[in-house]
Amino acid sequence: MTVQTGIQPLSFGRRAKDQAVRALVYLAFAIAIVPLVSVLWLVVKNGLKRFDLEFLTHSMRNIGARDAGGGAYHAIIGTLEQVLLASLIAVPIGLLTAVYLVEYGNGRRLSRFISFFVDIMTGVPSIVAGLFVLAFWILVLGMPFSGFAGALSLSILMMPVVVRSTEEMLRLVPNELREASYALGVPKWRTIVKVVLPTAFTGIVTGVMLAVARVAGETAPLLLTVFFTDSINEDPFNGPQMGLPLYVFGQSSLPQDIAIDRAWTGALTLILIVMLLNLVARLISWWRSPAKRG
Amino acid sequence: MATSLPKTEGGPAVSRSAFRRSRGDGPFRFLSVGSGVILLAIMAAIAVFLVVKAIPALQANTSHFLTELTWNPNATKPVFGIGALAFGTVVSSFLALIISTPVAVGVALFISHYAPRRLASILGYVVDLLAAVPSVVYGLWGVTFLVPFMLGPSKFLNDYLAWIPLFGGDSVVGKSMLTASLVLAIMILPIIAAISREVFLQAPKLQEEAALALGATRWEMIRMAVLPFGRPGVITAALLGLGRAMGETIAVALIFPATFTISFRILSPNGNSIAANIANGFGEATPIGRGALIASGLVLFVITLVVNTAARLIIARRKEYARAAA
Amino acid sequence: MAKQIEVSDLDAYYGSHKAIEGITMTIEPRSVTAFIGPSGCGKSTFLRTLNRMHEVIPGARVEGKVRLEDQDLYGASVDPVSVRRTIGMVFQRPNPFPTMSIFDNVAAGLKLNGRFSKSQLDGIVENSLKGANLWNEVKNRLNKPGAGLSGGQQQRLCIARAIAVQPQVLLMDEPCSALDPISTLAIEDLISELKQEFTIVIVTHNMQQAARVSDRTAFFNLAAQGQPGKLVEMDETSRIFTNPTQKATEDYITGRFG
Repeated sequence: MTVQTGIQPLSFGRRAKDQAVRALVYLAFAIAIVPLVSVLWLVVKNGLKRFDLEFLTHSMRNIGARDAGGGAYHAIIGTLEQVLLASLIAVPIGLLTAVYLVEYGNGRRLSRFISFFVDIMTGVPSIVAGLFVLAFWILVLGMPFSGFAGALSLSILMMPVVVRSTEEMLRLVPNELREASYALGVPKWRTIVKVVLPTAFTGIVTGVMLAVARVAGETAPLLLTVFFTDSINEDPFNGPQMGLPLYVFGQSSLPQDIAIDRAWTGALTLILIVMLLNLVARLISWWRSPAKRG
Repeated sequence: MATSLPKTEGGPAVSRSAFRRSRGDGPFRFLSVGSGVILLAIMAAIAVFLVVKAIPALQANTSHFLTELTWNPNATKPVFGIGALAFGTVVSSFLALIISTPVAVGVALFISHYAPRRLASILGYVVDLLAAVPSVVYGLWGVTFLVPFMLGPSKFLNDYLAWIPLFGGDSVVGKSMLTASLVLAIMILPIIAAISREVFLQAPKLQEEAALALGATRWEMIRMAVLPFGRPGVITAALLGLGRAMGETIAVALIFPATFTISFRILSPNGNSIAANIANGFGEATPIGRGALIASGLVLFVITLVVNTAARLIIARRKEYARAAA
Repeated sequence: MAKQIEVSDLDAYYGSHKAIEGITMTIEPRSVTAFIGPSGCGKSTFLRTLNRMHEVIPGARVEGKVRLEDQDLYGASVDPVSVRRTIGMVFQRPNPFPTMSIFDNVAAGLKLNGRFSKSQLDGIVENSLKGANLWNEVKNRLNKPGAGLSGGQQQRLCIARAIAVQPQVLLMDEPCSALDPISTLAIEDLISELKQEFTIVIVTHNMQQAARVSDRTAFFNLAAQGQPGKLVEMDETSRIFTNPTQKATEDYITGRFG
């Protein structure tokens, strides 16, 4: 038996395999990026065609199937109102549930139960959330199709996201701060409100904004709860109201090219709104960060 | 002592003599427990109200709901069943999963173990952007760009690989099961990639270094130390992606040809899903029709519930395993 | 302002694990009492039972009596929150509230507990900061975040925060273990000033520190790993360090073990 000395080169097979896997991994990433680039490119390219003042300030009222023009003002208004209402419902419930899970739960059976169902709720398909509001709010309670009904269904989709992101942020707050506050003789609830929540504030806001951005693009639940309309309806509690995702869906199922153009512009507007929400989240976290004040 | 200590009138000495119980804790605790309970109540209400509104339609049905293929609940003699829709939902989602998972695992490995440290977080963010695109935008992109684009590759598959039953059939179209699955695959890719990435990043560094110190190549190290550790996480990620694909509505509603047949020919004009059928059929549904759609939604709810619960149970088991190992 | 603490036959548990057993002692007012002993002997746990911070940890509980003058801290009608307002605590690592300014940190206990006018708060904050020997260093930047101070300053800020609520007793859990020697010296000087107004209990790993700052010293030990910690002996600091009655104490302070 010969004793090998010195540094031996790697066998060809092992090196080839290593390189092949490396190539595959890079390829996978490239493949994943292709559709993103394609979608964004087409949205910008086709969307800019109709991205004008008329689109942003007019509704589709009295616009015939073959007419050019028209806009998404009614849908933009609707989306903003619906998302705002959905947040007003989902954020307090989600926030307080997260507070319960982190600060009071302590692995009790109820907290494990709630935690499990938050996970399950994350997986509820958006169309099922819409069906639930349809069945409960509109069919059983006899309420009208409205922006508020849409907001209800969106809030169901928002809640678990808010709970999970807030929970994560609350768990990041060092226990030492809670103890410091307790040691000053501060009751638990004031410790949570005045010390724990402010410390986690930035992260919570970011999580909430991301949840908002997620539901702002939801179409399926709106389809079943706000109904279609071509007119402006500024009252979210009464009568059919449009939503921007729904507008895109409606226009893209029409055969005319002018409708498809409107759909692209609607998609561009929607993506801009979602991006704006993301930007606002970042601005808020920057503005509130203690580092900046120091 | 040079300085005098704080002295105030009244001040915090209020409850000094007797250690009385402070108010406020009770109500606040009640609020936060109440919110959690509301969440549970919503989940229960979803199940209850879907059942309540589905029952009248199911009673009016003149066929068997679980096996019937056609969907005609608006007729005077309603005939409808979940058969074809459930088939389409399951097949398109699994197809999406099969397409998406390998790519997603590759992306996750790229970000966790291959990309330069500085770029990794930015690239991870780019992949997450895929998830930020609203599904209706994918639908629009799919129907205007991907559907015509897929005609060529589909014809190719049909011409040369028709001996595989999946690619057989006489007519080949762009609005097919394959195209719908491809869109679904793109939509679930960021979820699977994000969870897998987190799991791969948690792989114990000591074992990775041990493998490298034994002279393993990067791939050998990943195979020895990262993949075995990450396997349950990847399975969970795939299941969550599957659940998402099954519930996805709008993108596939625009692409599926909305037929009510059972066929494995994924290039031919067939295919539909529960969610897409609800979106497409809701507009002209009669009360019985709405009930029928709610019944189908209930089936979707149950299927996704099973898939998601399975995923969560794997995570839960893994946590315990990790704790036991620690 | 300072009161005597009497502990009788106190046990503390984490779940089913008994961490300390059968502790009986008297802590004199207006003096510094030091707790020393090897790691894991339960001296920090015992300290935390004195203001009911121990039970903050899930599953933790206490059996036995702690009396502050004539009141039983573990009595049925006693709110742990008001106990902690009366018996303040300073932690091992400085932990100022990161979202609050220096001023707000000192005023935190007051603001969170009740209503005070701006001028009242100004006065208390200034006095507390002076009491913690920090006033001159921070008086021009009271609105800056507390987290921007050095470690030693942060710890003195935490002491100012603790004395601002006018406690009767101040518990210190290894307050210098995260600090450099110069900051440690500043805190030790501060402790000897504060003892004129407060009853002070300090846990320390540093025997020189115990010898320097304390009037009385208690030595804790545990028979073996996993056994509950016990009080071995307690006496005047000078006697503990020169002529302890127990062999274990002598071994520990002469460095033969621990």
